[in-house]
Amino acid sequence: MNTKTGNNMARQIGMKVLIGVFAFICAFPFYIILISSFTSESTIITEGYSLLPRDFSVEAYRLCFKNPAQIIQAYWMTISTTVVGTLIAVFLGTMTGYVLQRRDFRWGNQFSFFFFFTMLFNGGLTPTYIWCTKYLGFKNSVLALVLPLAFNVWYTIIAKNYFKDIPYELVESAKMDGANDLMIYLRIMLPVAKPLLATLIMFNALRYWNDWYNCMLYISENSLRTMQYFLQNMLNSIKALKEIAQSSGEMMQQQTLPQETMKMAMTVIATGPILLVYPFLQKYFVKGLTVGAVKG
Amino acid sequence: MKRKKKKGSILKSIRDSRILLLMLAPAVVYVVIFHYIPMFGAVLAFKDFNYVDGILRSPWNGLQNFQYLILSRKLWPLTRNTLLYNLAFIVFGVIFQVTFAILLSEITGKWFKKISQTLMFMPYFISWVVVVAIVQSLFGYETGILNHILARFGVEGINIYANTGVWPYLLIGFRIWKDTGYGSIVYLASITSIDSSLYEAADVDGASFFQKVFHITLPSIKPTIIIMVLLSVGQIFRGDFGLFYQLVGSNANVLEVADIIDLFVYRSLLTSGDVGMSAAAGLYQSVLCFVTVVFCNWVIKKIDPEYTLF
Repeated sequence: MNTKTGNNMARQIGMKVLIGVFAFICAFPFYIILISSFTSESTIITEGYSLLPRDFSVEAYRLCFKNPAQIIQAYWMTISTTVVGTLIAVFLGTMTGYVLQRRDFRWGNQFSFFFFFTMLFNGGLTPTYIWCTKYLGFKNSVLALVLPLAFNVWYTIIAKNYFKDIPYELVESAKMDGANDLMIYLRIMLPVAKPLLATLIMFNALRYWNDWYNCMLYISENSLRTMQYFLQNMLNSIKALKEIAQSSGEMMQQQTLPQETMKMAMTVIATGPILLVYPFLQKYFVKGLTVGAVKG
Repeated sequence: MKRKKKKGSILKSIRDSRILLLMLAPAVVYVVIFHYIPMFGAVLAFKDFNYVDGILRSPWNGLQNFQYLILSRKLWPLTRNTLLYNLAFIVFGVIFQVTFAILLSEITGKWFKKISQTLMFMPYFISWVVVVAIVQSLFGYETGILNHILARFGVEGINIYANTGVWPYLLIGFRIWKDTGYGSIVYLASITSIDSSLYEAADVDGASFFQKVFHITLPSIKPTIIIMVLLSVGQIFRGDFGLFYQLVGSNANVLEVADIIDLFVYRSLLTSGDVGMSAAAGLYQSVLCFVTVVFCNWVIKKIDPEYTLF
């Protein structure tokens, strides 16, 4: 008995070490980015990125916000597309999922397959790009930042499965009271599906917040850039850095411009909000993933 | 009481469910515009596209785009890379996710569990753009942490853009890094739903920890594993564009070991402007994907129809 509890103890410790090490690896890069964004450029250039903070400097942030118009514009694009896009996506996803599972809806299976088929076969980037730019006018249009992510079959399946578990008697009694199907969806189904809504809001908001792909494909105008694409430009070229420094009136030579720390500061600015809120919303992601694991 | 199941005229059904049909309309229109029309747009692969004539009126050129694609000798390396990288992502992904799900389900200590899970979940929330910043700070040649640590031990630093051999490890590593926390939650949920009396009975019989894992836990979560793997295998010819585009991009050195179909399609379309070639490669990929997913589903149906996707 004693050796057994001893074994258990040792195993617990072993497992905790494994998890601890992996959790550390997951979090470590974020820590590095955070501390290096508060380090002075000269320290980074001479000593490189380091594990421990060597000095404290807000120079990088000061430069980023010296002329904040670009950053604020990019933030605005990200936030507005995230809000509008998420609203559309959640509404479309739940409404479609709701209809597809209604057992008195005669063509539920056919329509489900109609949607599901798009997950099996995909036109690919080329026709989509030509179609969207030549015929739908996506070039430098806000539509390009909202529409491509506005409907997702997978989330529709999640919604469909969720509504399926809600007792059908709710629908029947509402019908008896003379409510039409849209009212039943809006007034009865949505209010009882709060966990589903929370999950779908989280997932869609994350997709919009992190989207750089559609911005890269369709947007060339600076004022329409989202935060992620702005960051991508910044990381990939020092041109963006120069632009900011020059527009902030500080004529600096390339060497003295704090490129490394500004990159890190911009990364913190672009990622910070999502990493700050997510620990509080984690449970909704967890719920969503588990709902999603149920087969459609 | 619902009398009409399959009975009744179509017209009556339409009238009865007109509001449901209206509610469905936006999504149907969306899917037609953003999925079905591009699907038919795949005919671009058989056309000599020019922007003025558009998709419909550009002249046909038979299989010429595919001929060029084959003559470029890129098709095989691209397909092989896409397949092998995805295979590695799937295999290592499942191993890591299942392992950490089991570990998380076994450990005691509420706070330790909560905090480590939160930390492991963190990489899921960032875009691949941010990972570029991470790569630069960790593996940058002059200022990266790795090379500074190596220098402290008197070891010469590694230039990842010259030693392209490290890239497969880097790409797989970052993908695992980003996916494990998120993926393990799916398996963890499936583990927590296992009937605990099974473990109690095993304890009475004196089963060891590993016996319980291999005879209770793994068989119980097998359906979840199968579904997750099947979903990824169905997409095995679709590369992770974000990962490869951001980390590899257009770096010619690295592309030699990490070029995938998706990057090629993108480059042909937007860098070299060869719409025909790009569409041909894209259609090739879509057909491969379609065949794979249908085949996977067929295999699963033979083994156990309960797990099929459609």
